[in-house]
Amino acid sequence: MSSQDFRALRLEAMSRDFGSLNALKGISLEVKRGEFIALLGPSGCGKSTALNCLAGLLPLSSGSIWLDDKRIDTLGPENRGFGMVFQNYALFPHMSVRKNIGFGLKMQRRPQDEIDRRVAEAMRLVRLGPQAEKLPGQLSGGQQQRVAIARAIVVEPPLVLMDEPLSNLDAKLRLEMRAEIRRIHNSLGCATIYVTHDQDEALSLADRIVVLRDGQMRQVGTPDELYGRPAHPDVAEFMGFRNVLPTTASFDGRLSVTLGPASLWATPVGEIAPGPATLAIRPEDLSPVMNGPIQASVLTAEYRGRDFYGVAVTAEGTELYFRAEHRVNPGEALTLSAEPARVLVYPA
Amino acid sequence: MNGLRATLARNGVDGVTLLLLPAALFIVALFIYPFLFGLVLSFQPKTGDWLANYARFFSDPFLYDTVGKTLKLAVPVTLLNVAFSVPVALRVRLMANPKLLTTILVIPITLGTVLVAEGMLNYFGPRGWLNRALLEIGLSDSPVHLIHNYWGVFLSLVITGFPFTFLLTLSYVTGIDPALEQAGAMLGARGWERFKLIILPLLLPGLAITFCLSFVQAFSVFPSAVLLGAPAGDTRVISVAAYTAAFEEYDYAMASAIAMIMGLVQVVIVAGTLGLQSLFYRGPAGGGKG
Amino acid sequence: MIRTQSVGGRLWVWAIWILVGFFIVNLMGLIATVVVNSFSTRWFTTWLPVGFTTKWYLSAWDEFQLPDVLLATFEVVGAVVLLSGLLGVPAAYAMARREFPGKRFVMLLFLLPMLVPPITFGIPLATVLYRADMAGSIVGVVLANLVPTVPFVILVMIPFIQQIDPRVEAAARVFGAGTLRMFIHVLVPLLTPGILAALLLVLVRTIAMFELTFLTAGPTSQTLVVALYYAVFAAGVRAGQSVDAMAVIYMITTLAWLLLALRFVNPTQIVTRAKRA
Repeated sequence: MSSQDFRALRLEAMSRDFGSLNALKGISLEVKRGEFIALLGPSGCGKSTALNCLAGLLPLSSGSIWLDDKRIDTLGPENRGFGMVFQNYALFPHMSVRKNIGFGLKMQRRPQDEIDRRVAEAMRLVRLGPQAEKLPGQLSGGQQQRVAIARAIVVEPPLVLMDEPLSNLDAKLRLEMRAEIRRIHNSLGCATIYVTHDQDEALSLADRIVVLRDGQMRQVGTPDELYGRPAHPDVAEFMGFRNVLPTTASFDGRLSVTLGPASLWATPVGEIAPGPATLAIRPEDLSPVMNGPIQASVLTAEYRGRDFYGVAVTAEGTELYFRAEHRVNPGEALTLSAEPARVLVYPA
Repeated sequence: MNGLRATLARNGVDGVTLLLLPAALFIVALFIYPFLFGLVLSFQPKTGDWLANYARFFSDPFLYDTVGKTLKLAVPVTLLNVAFSVPVALRVRLMANPKLLTTILVIPITLGTVLVAEGMLNYFGPRGWLNRALLEIGLSDSPVHLIHNYWGVFLSLVITGFPFTFLLTLSYVTGIDPALEQAGAMLGARGWERFKLIILPLLLPGLAITFCLSFVQAFSVFPSAVLLGAPAGDTRVISVAAYTAAFEEYDYAMASAIAMIMGLVQVVIVAGTLGLQSLFYRGPAGGGKG
Repeated sequence: MIRTQSVGGRLWVWAIWILVGFFIVNLMGLIATVVVNSFSTRWFTTWLPVGFTTKWYLSAWDEFQLPDVLLATFEVVGAVVLLSGLLGVPAAYAMARREFPGKRFVMLLFLLPMLVPPITFGIPLATVLYRADMAGSIVGVVLANLVPTVPFVILVMIPFIQQIDPRVEAAARVFGAGTLRMFIHVLVPLLTPGILAALLLVLVRTIAMFELTFLTAGPTSQTLVVALYYAVFAAGVRAGQSVDAMAVIYMITTLAWLLLALRFVNPTQIVTRAKRA
């Protein structure tokens, strides 16, 4: 199967208001053919609104959407030709699997033999077994998911939209379907926009991740960039930097920041002036060492198989999340340290 | 004794279950028994053999015509109410706050047919506001006759019946997952196709029940047929015939026979509708397991 | 939600709203004519009456023996509300909490009186009541009105009771409450909102229940709606304004209770209870 020819989908200052609430504020983005984009953010950040605006299910308040040189935000959802996988799958309960998958082709008035051929092809691609004549209610969650994907891609859309498609599955099935979605995407060559609140999902699936917060784009980047160098403390917190703390920055040839009485070498993100700032460290990067700069005592420690994750508190009462390779016990005094490259500093 | 009690309790029959006994006995005594009594009574005519009441009903045009007259009112009214309810319910479903509209519509149901009839006598009468408006606008040269005939009863069945049909339809329409229609749109289905291929098949079971309940109400039309219709002519409906037999001729056996025929016609139409509907899909209107 | 964007689609939406508007305008019009007429001195060939007066309310009060009719109405309605609560709530509790053989059959028994129209079962019921010498009296009217209201209370209360966690009752028993005390101290307070809503709806329905009361009432047991029917039926005997004055009194009685009931229930629930069972 090959997707329709197009080069890029462009969003220009896409905005959407609900009354006085600005759910989406000026989203601009270019998505290339074959790209897998994840829209990542906590609930209420506007990611579902963005997806519905793209789909045409919600009209824009301002801005525009372009598919190459064609403006499409004025078209209804039925004229955009995008595929969509809904959170609860939205399979037509009164139609067999075959009819569900063939629905889009039928709407295009394709001849019956072509519909049959392409439905069978799509079912093979999503690895649906011999379920063609069953009703959706007779299928398991994972099978319904596969039907929903097959139904969306069988029309060979330039763009497939997915709205938290894995949130209704159990943990094991979720990992399995995650791999399946990426495999299917790779074999199609369309662009995929995938909405999720799970950063693991976004990191493992996407070519680029768009982090949304309060209806605005906080950062756009590859998983590497977002994981290693989040552009904003909010994004950092979302990417697993559990220690986000106020600090004071100073320059002595290189940047250092304070953590209570301790001082750490650090890496700036953006323009840092001496004075108040925000620092961010992952628990994985803060570990007990001999004679480290930060003195703290262990509050709780949790065994995770290969290592220990714990919370320690400094004399000033700051709680720090850390990782230890050897057993630590509550009450034990530690000295913690982090590599300068792993201590990120943001403007306050 | 203890053994019996334990057996009953295992089957879910204990002191709590007995709480429904008074209500059940009451319904048996005042609903089931009168029905059976009426059925038996209908076979004990004042004169003639045991089928005389039914024979008389089906040989006297003044009596058997009432079935046709009632159907001629009830079937078109019910079809109109259902057909009008569906598009309105589909729009109201999109409203952010439909409570004002539904409250207005529940008023005629609550006021009942007698008050609506009195209002219609004023409003649709030859000197009422409607005719006055028609004359002023110039849509008509002389007052339109909308009361004391077939149309008076028809309109009263629309005014009290439409809100009932609409509110039932609305409850079925809101039971359909909106994502299904969105999915249809994403796959290229236009408004009419979404309705025909997705909404209508899912709505059909509910619509069949709505039709049955609305029909049964329209078929048993009584006060408005007397007050707004021509109870000796076009709108001599079956309930008028039954009432006349019972309370003007004091022939309770004949009245019971007519009531039984009334019930039978209702059962036939309801069974037919539900039978027709069961040929189509019947299942959840939601999307899969979601 | 999907908004229609084509011209034909927009016209269609407009057509629907215009029809709904037309319906509501006529509905309001026919209610308003009753109110306006009840206050009019004379009203023949003009948009509005020649003058306004309140005298018809006084004459209606006497002519239609409204004190007696209102008293009978309150007696009937009060007894029906009370008895349908006493019969219906315990039965609903049993239906909600127990599974037993024949439950579907019992459910059907309670559904039928709500589905069969009153005029169909009212005639044999009235016949039985006449034979038992109970028709014509308040007792007969109350019994007839209970036939649809007891099942109504049961069907409203079943889902309400089902959503109360049975563990609350279990907890009360663990602390030593007997069945009766458990019922009074634990269940009744939890059930009160549901009972209130159900009984308010019974009240509205009974005030407006024409057919059953009409078939079973005698001269001393007429309720307001039946008196109104006779007044409209014998139009010409009394002044039309007088009849409309009584109609307004009836409307106020019904709508006041309806507004109260709508504080507890959704308008759609008034018609949709039956089908949920």
